[in-house]
Amino acid sequence: MLRYVIGRLLGAIPTLFLIITFSFFLIRIAPGGPFDLERPLEAKVMENLSRIYHLNEPLWAQYLLYLKSVAALDFGPSFYFRDFTINELFAESLPISMQLGLSALCLALVVGGTLGVVAALRQNQSTDYAVMAAATLGVTVPNFVVAPILTLILGVWLGWLPVGGWNNGAFVNVILPVVTLALPQVAVVARLTRGSMIEALRSNHVRTARAYGLSAYLVIVVHALRGAILPVVSYLGPAAAALLTGSVVVETIYGIPGIGRYFVQGALNRDYTLVMGTVVVVACFVILFNLIVDLLYALLDPRVRFD
Amino acid sequence: MTDTQAKKTVLDIQNLTVDFSTPTGTVNAVRGVNINVAAGETVAIVGESGSGKSQTMMAAMGLLASNGKTGGKVIYEDRDILGLPVRQLNRVRGKKITMIFQEPMTSLDPLYTIGRQLAEPMVVHGGLSWKAAKARALELLKLVNIPDPERKIRSFPYEMSGGQRQRVMIAMALANDPDVLIADEPTTALDVTTQAQILDLLADLQKRLGMAVIFITHDLGIVRRIADRVYVMKSGEVVETGEAKQIFDAPAHPYTRMLLDAEPTGTKAPVAADAQLLLEAQKVGVEFVLEGGLFQQSMVLKAVDDLSFSLRKGQTLGIVGESGSGKSTLGRAVLNLLPSTGRVVYNGELVTGRNRSQMRPLRRNMQLVFQDPFGSLSPRLTVGQIIAEGLVVHEPQLSAREREERTSQALEEVGLDPAVRNRYPHEFSGGQRQRIAIARTMVLKPELVVLDEPTSALDRTIQKQIVDLLRKLQLDHNLTYLFISHDLAVVRAIADTVMVMQRGKVVEAGSTRDIFEAPQSEYTRELMAAAMLTQQMASA
Repeated sequence: MLRYVIGRLLGAIPTLFLIITFSFFLIRIAPGGPFDLERPLEAKVMENLSRIYHLNEPLWAQYLLYLKSVAALDFGPSFYFRDFTINELFAESLPISMQLGLSALCLALVVGGTLGVVAALRQNQSTDYAVMAAATLGVTVPNFVVAPILTLILGVWLGWLPVGGWNNGAFVNVILPVVTLALPQVAVVARLTRGSMIEALRSNHVRTARAYGLSAYLVIVVHALRGAILPVVSYLGPAAAALLTGSVVVETIYGIPGIGRYFVQGALNRDYTLVMGTVVVVACFVILFNLIVDLLYALLDPRVRFD
Repeated sequence: MTDTQAKKTVLDIQNLTVDFSTPTGTVNAVRGVNINVAAGETVAIVGESGSGKSQTMMAAMGLLASNGKTGGKVIYEDRDILGLPVRQLNRVRGKKITMIFQEPMTSLDPLYTIGRQLAEPMVVHGGLSWKAAKARALELLKLVNIPDPERKIRSFPYEMSGGQRQRVMIAMALANDPDVLIADEPTTALDVTTQAQILDLLADLQKRLGMAVIFITHDLGIVRRIADRVYVMKSGEVVETGEAKQIFDAPAHPYTRMLLDAEPTGTKAPVAADAQLLLEAQKVGVEFVLEGGLFQQSMVLKAVDDLSFSLRKGQTLGIVGESGSGKSTLGRAVLNLLPSTGRVVYNGELVTGRNRSQMRPLRRNMQLVFQDPFGSLSPRLTVGQIIAEGLVVHEPQLSAREREERTSQALEEVGLDPAVRNRYPHEFSGGQRQRIAIARTMVLKPELVVLDEPTSALDRTIQKQIVDLLRKLQLDHNLTYLFISHDLAVVRAIADTVMVMQRGKVVEAGSTRDIFEAPQSEYTRELMAAAMLTQQMASA
């Protein structure tokens, strides 16, 4: 098991290397540079800047330089936020996004899972149809529509919750962004759970559990749900990576200083180091969560073995 | 058992009905069935697939699919348990009335150990602690003769064979000392020798524990061996009932007579001694490499271990063995569908080692029919398209019209109306589908047909029809068959020579007559003893 984990983590290094290489050159191909402003800088200033940020060196030299600093876990200085390094920017914003994302993930799993199970148990009855209709709505309505509506009702009209701001992660401030982030995930989890649960409830071993007079809890949770949750787990891996690395829309709407906004800002400002930093962070999360999913799989299903 | 009447009825099913509501209307699966069983008695419910025999018992136990509705009464201990709320029903089912199912491979939860699953009903019904229940589970595993029970109790179902899993199910059924044991085709999915062991075990346990047994089966051999009384079911109704002896000696209902008559009979007429040598296999071997992990060495499994045989035109070679014996693998190796060592010579031409395109000219002469008539026909093609597909490949010069003619001919030959060619496989029964699969090979006018368990998924009466059809086709076209089967009765009726396989090796080979009348090896005798129940008892 430990061997497997170490092997997987080592295997991630070439993957990361390829991702870094690819995105490094891709962002450089994009026209424009970090210091191209509407009113061009003086030639002398431009030259100084280029020298400081090594932009005057050949591309391969810059690439090697970047690899070296990434290997030392230093993502370099931001080109746009002049007084900050990328590490400093992330140290501040990533925990915020992760807190939001993790809360949304838990909410999605608990609410979506419960709804899915209930719908499966009442298959083709009105409860089932209601849950599925809500789920479809949850998937189709984008969060930039949901967020203002929630804010309008709960924040403005009723005045129960603040309409935005982080306020050091105070509980009332977190509710709206977490709910907005979680809603589409709740919907997907509910659909997935319902589907696999219906199948599980029809399976022969669940019939055995019923035939042996086991309680509803044992039949539904212990024997049906444990197997039925597997597809949800494999969905949640990539979904969790996406949630934990922040959402541009939600963070912008609620004015939350998370990492999500850097995706857009970095790309628009040609802030090369910021773009590269976000790419590496997201890639690490994806790799990590895929590993977690595989480990969870083994935990849930004894037939999965790593040796 | 003669004193059946004197014993107390423990379970009395009265006027039971089962209706399924389907998109195309209500299906009356069971129509007013009366079945009862007394303490210590074994009652068999016999019928072909779709007769409602399983659904009757499922309904009695409240296990119907959600679109099923039940009517009537199921009296246990002076109480109708049919209408009981689940909570109250759960005090009876799994404790006093237990079940064993047809599918040993899937009836246990794959995610929990055997021990935990065995203990669960004891904890729930008997109020035992987990520890005490596990200890009792170990005793039960010993009772049902599971080898190495101390280790097996910590195993997961996937680590056990079908026979072992069925033993675990039996152990589970006995855990709470039940009054009634319902066994729904408990041996159908198992090999004949395993089947015999499971039946012996059940009979022995019943004698020792004295419970009533309701045995659902389509196999009359089993019924004759174990049942005191028999209910014959057809289309959701009991058409005949009585003491087992009476049913077998003097069946009253024509359907019962047809069931009794369904064993394939006759033997194959031998071919001329100088008939052309069509197929020769010399030291054919197939190996599978089982990938080892970090701490395990890779293992090489010899699925087929240097087998040799030869077949003359018009002959049938029956290859007999239990699952895992390598008989299907051998069939595939002969057709060069998987890499093998040794030499297969077909009609003077070397088959082994040819690649796809080199094989193609031979393929039309060497055809294959599979076991599973449901999985082996593409659900999205019409019957006509399925049958004509081979013609498109092997006789591309044919016009669409000619292809259609040949398709119609092939359908007629297998006893189907040519008009069915525009329909889809799901509209046909298992037996009809197997006819379609046979038509698919016949349309190419092959010389050699490898038949891989072609009758195993079918009811006995349908089996007989398929065997008759295969015989007729062989005579009409001078076909050569490689007939792979675990069913000795069918093999006896169709083969010239028989090869008995076990773990990739030939245990015994010879003419069908010699093998069946004077089996030399212990294993063959075991297979016979396990399979030939009906004949032995009939002649006794």
